[in-house]
Amino acid sequence: MSSIPEMEKLVSQVRRDIVRMVHKVNSGHPGGSLGCTEFFVALYQKILHRKPDFDMDGQGEDLFFLSNGHISPVFYSVLARSGYFPVEELNTFRLINSRLQGHPTTHEGLPGVRIASGSLGQGLSVAIGAALAKKLNKDHHLVYSLHGDGELQEGQNWEAIMYAAAKQVDNLIATVDFNGQQIDGPTDEVLSLGNLKAKFEAFGWTVLEIENGNDIPAILDGMAAAKSRTGKGKPVCVLLHTVMGHGVDFMMHTHAWHGKAPNDEQLAVALAQNPETIGDY
Amino acid sequence: MKIYTDSGKKDTRSGFGAGLEELGKKNPNVVALCADLIGSLKMDNFIKNHPERFFQIGIAEANMMGIAAGLTIGGKIPFTGTFANFSTGRVYDQIRQSIAYSGKNVKICASHAGLTLGEDGATHQILEDIGLMKMLPGMVVINPCDYNQTKAATIAIADYNGPVYLRFGRPAVANFTPEDQVFEIGKAIHLIEGTDVTILATGHLVWESLQAAKALEEKGIAAEVINIHTIKPLDAEAILNSVRKTGCVVTAEEHNIIGGLGESVARVLATHHPVPQEFVGTNDTFGESGTPAQLMEKYGLNAEAIVQASEKVLARKRV
Repeated sequence: MSSIPEMEKLVSQVRRDIVRMVHKVNSGHPGGSLGCTEFFVALYQKILHRKPDFDMDGQGEDLFFLSNGHISPVFYSVLARSGYFPVEELNTFRLINSRLQGHPTTHEGLPGVRIASGSLGQGLSVAIGAALAKKLNKDHHLVYSLHGDGELQEGQNWEAIMYAAAKQVDNLIATVDFNGQQIDGPTDEVLSLGNLKAKFEAFGWTVLEIENGNDIPAILDGMAAAKSRTGKGKPVCVLLHTVMGHGVDFMMHTHAWHGKAPNDEQLAVALAQNPETIGDY
Repeated sequence: MKIYTDSGKKDTRSGFGAGLEELGKKNPNVVALCADLIGSLKMDNFIKNHPERFFQIGIAEANMMGIAAGLTIGGKIPFTGTFANFSTGRVYDQIRQSIAYSGKNVKICASHAGLTLGEDGATHQILEDIGLMKMLPGMVVINPCDYNQTKAATIAIADYNGPVYLRFGRPAVANFTPEDQVFEIGKAIHLIEGTDVTILATGHLVWESLQAAKALEEKGIAAEVINIHTIKPLDAEAILNSVRKTGCVVTAEEHNIIGGLGESVARVLATHHPVPQEFVGTNDTFGESGTPAQLMEKYGLNAEAIVQASEKVLARKRV
């Protein structure tokens, strides 16, 4: 189990991985990846009860599903740095014949990935199915999922949100990356989500908020609180308030870097702001 | 000519229900999901015997496909049940990404396929589902012909690891295949031996093809009838062996000829052994309300249509 200073070091390293990965292939999604870096590090270093080796069924361990698959850079970096595959493989991101596809997939057999995602709005249903399988298997571990806030515009989410509450899927913690940005602009302008907390609550979920979703101690506290609310007949939602592009100043507070890679000069600035800590891949 | 007799008309969806009931007893990993159509899909007995292994999803098919994909993670074998239209077109991207591309062991079981759904009309009569499903990499596509075969296929697909689309129908139709048959995915079944024309049929059109063969025999034409219950993977060897003998082929399906069995057969023939082919199926059209028999006649999907297509293809062969 990592200490908080260790996790903060890892965050800096993961941010370097993210910007280097997208810079190399001049494509990919740095904004959401950077905004969720603390969450992924905390999740894989502390929150998830997971086995060292990967198997698809994941019985006897917590499971995680990434629904907003475009933030694959942070997912890949943290999976590699949590021991699922060699960190050198981050060099192959988005290249031909790579297991690190543009969006995560099981198709190439990358350890740590249990479902393909990228076409938005599908991950919550899958997480519910996995949670139901855990109940059938009398496996008391939890299922975690992450969703973009803009992604909640997809209708399938609301089928799933309705189902999870109605059927008391209470071994599930669905986290929303609440950064208020999507490709075309602020979520409030593109298609406002309205009062998201009230919506989840009206559907019958327990809702918690993590006001600073880019702070490791706040994430650990918030997710521990979320865990304590499982097993009580209601699914649990965490609204994780993050800043898109966090940790690279010129990428912050804007949708401009949702799906755009930095050039050479921008990369140098981004790397200077995030020192190498445990070694570049 | 070998004669097949109808042991009593039954709907293929009841074959699915009976197969699912049997699977419930013999395979504890089999689970079932339904989107508010339990009675139509004949899932009642499975639910009665195994309530804990059944998931009523409500009218939310996209969510059903995703939940099914998730249930496989943990070793379950989910069977989803709804109408063919809502099993395919409505949820194509969910099936594509969460099931097919993700390689999940989900059995998509689809009733009320094709025109024989009848009076509900074109909104519910999907004639494009075979095409949609066969285009997905890794998807197995099965369209059994009667009650017994649908039951056998339902049981067989639980032992196959991978996504399967199982297509069946609403009306009571002739039940003529053996009750004790073992269903082999991808293995076509020779029903009648003949030398003049090969009739390749799937689903409800298999029985019609047997009736057509009888009528053709009275005209001195020896038709070979093969039941192509599995459209993908297609039994190319069985098809090629037959057409090498007969030199022409008629395909028959309750589906659009664009994207259906006929096109899959045409690809095999064009690649290996081109011969004249005629297509019995709907031709780039939606259906409409009516009784199943009226619709099958109006859209040319019965024994008479197969006879006409056979005579036409024979004439082309002789040119």
